[in-house]
Amino acid sequence: MADGQAAGQTILVVGGGISGLTTAVEAAEVGYNVLLVEKSPHFGGRVAQHTKYFPKLCSPTCGLEINYQRIKNNPRIRLMTLAEVEEITGSAGAYTARIRQNPRFVNQKCTACGDCAKACQTEVDNPYNFGMNKIKAIRHDHFMAYPSHYYMDADFAASAEAKKLVEVCPVGAIEPDMKATVTEEKVSSVVWATGWKPYDAEKVLPYGFGRIANVTTNMRFERMADKFGPTGGKLVRPSDGQEAKNIAFIQCAGSRDHNYLPFCSRICCLASMKQATYVREKNPDAKVTIYYIDLRAMDRYEGFQKMVEADSGVQWIKSKPARIDEDPKTGNPVVVGENTLTGVRYEEPYDLVVLATGMEPNSATSAKVPMADARYDEYGFVVSGGGLFSSGCSSQPNDVSGSVQSSTASALRAIQTAVNAKG
Amino acid sequence: MTYDLTFAKEVYENSEEGHWIKMCMQCGVCAGSCPMGFLGAWTHSPRQLFQMVRAGLRDEVLSSTDMWMCTSCYNCIVRCPRNLPITHIIHGLARYASVQGKADPKQSTHHFAKDIFWENIVATGRVGEAALTMKLYFKDGIGEGIKQGLEMKDSALGMLKAKRLKPLPFRGKIKGYPGFKAMLKKAFELENQKEGKA
Ligand SMILES: Cc1cc2nc3c(=O)[nH]c(=O)nc-3n(C[C@H](O)[C@H](O)[C@H](O)COP(=O)(O)OP(=O)(O)OC[C@H]3O[C@@H](n4cnc5c(N)ncnc54)[C@H](O)[C@@H]3O)c2cc1C
Ligand code: SF4
Ligand code: SF4
Ligand code: SF4
Ligand code: SF4
Repeated sequence: MADGQAAGQTILVVGGGISGLTTAVEAAEVGYNVLLVEKSPHFGGRVAQHTKYFPKLCSPTCGLEINYQRIKNNPRIRLMTLAEVEEITGSAGAYTARIRQNPRFVNQKCTACGDCAKACQTEVDNPYNFGMNKIKAIRHDHFMAYPSHYYMDADFAASAEAKKLVEVCPVGAIEPDMKATVTEEKVSSVVWATGWKPYDAEKVLPYGFGRIANVTTNMRFERMADKFGPTGGKLVRPSDGQEAKNIAFIQCAGSRDHNYLPFCSRICCLASMKQATYVREKNPDAKVTIYYIDLRAMDRYEGFQKMVEADSGVQWIKSKPARIDEDPKTGNPVVVGENTLTGVRYEEPYDLVVLATGMEPNSATSAKVPMADARYDEYGFVVSGGGLFSSGCSSQPNDVSGSVQSSTASALRAIQTAVNAKG
Repeated sequence: MTYDLTFAKEVYENSEEGHWIKMCMQCGVCAGSCPMGFLGAWTHSPRQLFQMVRAGLRDEVLSSTDMWMCTSCYNCIVRCPRNLPITHIIHGLARYASVQGKADPKQSTHHFAKDIFWENIVATGRVGEAALTMKLYFKDGIGEGIKQGLEMKDSALGMLKAKRLKPLPFRGKIKGYPGFKAMLKKAFELENQKEGKA
């Protein structure tokens, strides 16, 4: 087998979060062609919504930025955003993928100068911040977004206002008439890296998310803690905008529960510990209480737990709360349950309660693998097989470093399929 | 100290739904959900009882009044993350304690279930509500009975009016009473077999 022949093979990577990005650069840097297909307007996935990374508590943008640099320097990676794989036929080594390129309504000439957004009058709920603030209908998600080109949603693109914005753009990048296109690509192997979404907290009825204003979720809290987020980094109560000084975290909210997600999401204990440091750093007088069944600082993260445990401002209560009520006078959520170490039943009010919701694989709902013989485990995570490899959080709940490891492994396995195809 | 599973195994094998107890992860949701806990009606929550079973505290568990306080509200069952049929486990423990002769015969719900309610329903094949209520009220003596009766008289009259309470103490036996008796006999046989008394 000639090296050049195998290297001529293309690996399709679906999902451009930290996992998909990793597989793409790893495979391309070995010399294989990669087609990276991302459904949203930008790469980065959920990591781009985090304020800081555990365990180092640095900004997630640096980890992403390194990958973007590697991508930019590598001619073997072809990128598609706002694109979806509709069907994959064939077999390992010789697949055909049908890919729909949805319109961005802004072309590659865009320099992200922002003039169009300034002129734009229409505002929409900002999905990047889970609808906690409004944003102009023509936009990019954040200043570190990659690609940085602006975009608009299809219904706004059809409006009269969008047509007027064409004139505003100094480089002629706005194209409200842009249409979807469909292409077919020959690929040898497929890496599925469509990641996860936060479990819908409204389903956990006893905890009142959606009913009680001051009950929020960990991913919303992540956006709130970000100085570029909807509250400018202030940890405030959604009901009255007052600073939240007494905050409770409820672990396993919708995980490890046969009523909801039956599995452990693996990262939410650490996420709450990390978020406890946000609270204590922003206001040394603020108090944190973490309600848990048992703490799962997976892998090598026990040191992180010890670090947070050393802070006397963080209290730990071994108990899965039974329910959350709302004090109608103060708007305080009241956490009700039994302390399992003392047997004492409690009813504790807080300024704000954060539900540590877990990870639901997108592959269980919106990102099914459009391949006839694709397999899933009982929770909807993708199981590798044939020329299909599951990566990062589409294979199991994982932190970033675990996702990166699994994605490097997927790159190798995808390469093996490519080599065998020509071998 | 050794980890003695003798009592736990006894419960898993002999108490109805008792085998589920090994699935409990001690999260505390049942305890926090149980109305009886907040009313202070019991000393040990379902979670604690399950842990006591696993810890081998035979006497403490079987002579406890806790499982006799369950109102069958099912709050715990719908919320248990591990799918334990808690209400049924609790009732199973109560019955097992009774069969083992460990339950206090004078404990109200035990006395009511085992004697008053049982005798009432077996006598005719149906519940004679008025007789049942009378017996319940007078179980602690005549004075207590009159006091309780007076306290509850408005509810009783209301129920009578709404036809929710049959005024006549004796309506005779159900049709096919001998069949009913035969069924009970068979049930006892099966139960004794199961409990190794056959
Ligand atoms: C509250 C919280 C805090 C966390 N904090 C940390 C932390 O501090 N440190 C840490 O290590 N981990 C943390 N994690 C875990 C971290 O978010 C995940 O490890 C990481 O997001 C996994 O990346 P991924 O690429 O596998 O999935 P994702 O980040 O979900 O990326 C998947 C990508 O696929 C795209 N996609 C989805 N469907 C399709 C489709 N049909 N077609 C094409 N593309 C699609 C998505 O748009 C997205 O870009 C945290 C998790 C939570 C819940
Ligand atoms: S579309 Fe044009 S006006 Fe808008 S940000 Fe891009 S270059 Fe600027
Ligand atoms: S990581 Fe922690 S909070 Fe998340 S599901 Fe597992 S135990 Fe629960
Ligand atoms: S709710 Fe279920 S798992 Fe939790 S303590 Fe009660 S019985 Fe055990
Ligand atoms: S069913 Fe019984 S044990 Fe369960 S919550 Fe209701 S009273 Fe408590």
